[in-house]
Amino acid sequence: MNDYPQILFKNRVVGETAFIDRFRANGGYQGLEKGLREMTPQEITATVKASGLRGRGGAGFPTGVKWSFFPADQPVEKFLVINGDEMEPGTYKDRQLLLADPHQLIEGVILSAFALQVSHAYIFIRYAYEECSRNLEQAIAEAKEAGYLGRDILGTGWDLEIHLHRSAGRYILGEETAQLNGIEGVRPNPRSKPPFPAAKGLWGKPTNVNNIETIACIPHIITGGPGWFINLGITQGGVGTKLFGLSGHLNRTECFELPVGIPLREVVETFGGGVRNGKGFKACLPGGASTPFLTAQHLDTPMDFEPLEQLDSRFGTAGVTVFDETTCMVGATLNLIRFFARESCGWCTPCRDGLSFVQWILEEIEAGRGNRDQIAMLKDQKKNITGRSFCALAEGAMGPLDGLLRHFEQELEDHVKLGRCPFGD
Amino acid sequence: METVNQTTGKDVLLPDDTIEAFRAKAADTPHPRELIVDLLRAIQDHHGWVPDAGIELAAQTLGLSPLQLEEIATFYDKIYRQPVGRKVIHLCDSICCWTTGGEQVAELLRDKLGIGFGETTPDGVFTLLPTCCLGACGDAPAMMIGLTTYGRLTAEKIDTILREIRQQID
Repeated sequence: MNDYPQILFKNRVVGETAFIDRFRANGGYQGLEKGLREMTPQEITATVKASGLRGRGGAGFPTGVKWSFFPADQPVEKFLVINGDEMEPGTYKDRQLLLADPHQLIEGVILSAFALQVSHAYIFIRYAYEECSRNLEQAIAEAKEAGYLGRDILGTGWDLEIHLHRSAGRYILGEETAQLNGIEGVRPNPRSKPPFPAAKGLWGKPTNVNNIETIACIPHIITGGPGWFINLGITQGGVGTKLFGLSGHLNRTECFELPVGIPLREVVETFGGGVRNGKGFKACLPGGASTPFLTAQHLDTPMDFEPLEQLDSRFGTAGVTVFDETTCMVGATLNLIRFFARESCGWCTPCRDGLSFVQWILEEIEAGRGNRDQIAMLKDQKKNITGRSFCALAEGAMGPLDGLLRHFEQELEDHVKLGRCPFGD
Repeated sequence: METVNQTTGKDVLLPDDTIEAFRAKAADTPHPRELIVDLLRAIQDHHGWVPDAGIELAAQTLGLSPLQLEEIATFYDKIYRQPVGRKVIHLCDSICCWTTGGEQVAELLRDKLGIGFGETTPDGVFTLLPTCCLGACGDAPAMMIGLTTYGRLTAEKIDTILREIRQQID
């Protein structure tokens, strides 16, 4: 059904895990051989930069640019951290990747660590992904056995050890500086930036933090070259493929590898099999819980960073959650805000107090006890919270509220006018 | 799994050889605090939850203060600082599960177990807790029991899962 090039999912057979034999039989570790034997660390970073790869964890920062800020050539202790906290509601792509093909990540980690000249990499895995942790443990052991990890890797004189950190819950650990605290074993509130992790990260040393899917792209970029990678995207400026996790009111809620730039309509109709039970499409979160809603008028938008930013939404993690025409968008937003309010670490006031206040207002309106002043208060809160919190969590929480206010203000008005939820409950 | 010391008859938080292994690791790293989450999880795996004595044991083992342990233990929702049942059910209440009947599943579980969220069944088998997104959005509605995720939940499926776990425990 999926005729698009399968890069990250080329070894994927649902229900099975490809370990080292199948991985190598299918071209695995060739990128590593090429990178370490034929290229310098600077050339690898330059290649990643030329590929235009943007971070797959939600923020979309250009990976090669991030790497070029890193003091790779300085002879100091430094670290690479791989963020596998995947806890943004609607996002389950990294799990699929690690269930199918853990060596792909390990190969990417080794290449990235070589480019950045670090000797210790940490892979951070969330509590709920124990099977992924076990797959990684086995893959790390196999890679060591094969001579891809440890001392003097492929005769380069360079050493690397990969550490696996198993976490114990909480969305905030996905924020990179909170994650560094989590690995260090101090209370994982976010840190103030600057200094950025590239200057002062783990134990105060230069640290580069990247998402799992981002790092899994690296070996393919090295093997195929930046031109090939750029051409995988089907929009002007869109590069590579992306793992789309489909969820919500769709007939098929699965994870697909699709080209960056694919129209939303094709994602929903061809891959998601259309909206369930013959209902109409009302809205979707295009890239996880913190990305403002899109509506039916946006179905022809290419799924890529810039086109979605032009609609004041975001590509995020490409976890697409669809809502059918019977969904109460006030109720959906309330669910999302409850998530963010509960997962707030409590460090700063706009997030700790602001999100619970927004939650209370939405509860009042959804229960039919709201008034028009409260709709104005929602707008006010959005303005006061956005840009004023310590980290991006509260900013992200304002995404769905912003989408609600821009596209579904009428639903708020209807709740107030009727004194109940117009959608039945 | 040994939970009671054969000589003293007292509840064991963690077997001696595991404690020794953590002590050795702590001596081997310049920053023993990085072992805190692992050690708390080990105590919890063995003892079911982390009592005050577990915090103190972990602090002694790593050469840290109890406060340094407590600030971690109270942050994470998968570290239990209160007694829980032998199996903890974490039911996802995030958006994808909400769109696929998660609230009805919550009601079903409360009915079947006869408890609310944050409570433990009188036989001590199940504790019911809400959790944020489990990363099982394609298989919503979903829950996690222990470290196992169950998706596409229906009334019949929940009956089977609970029955099988009760049988394993007996």
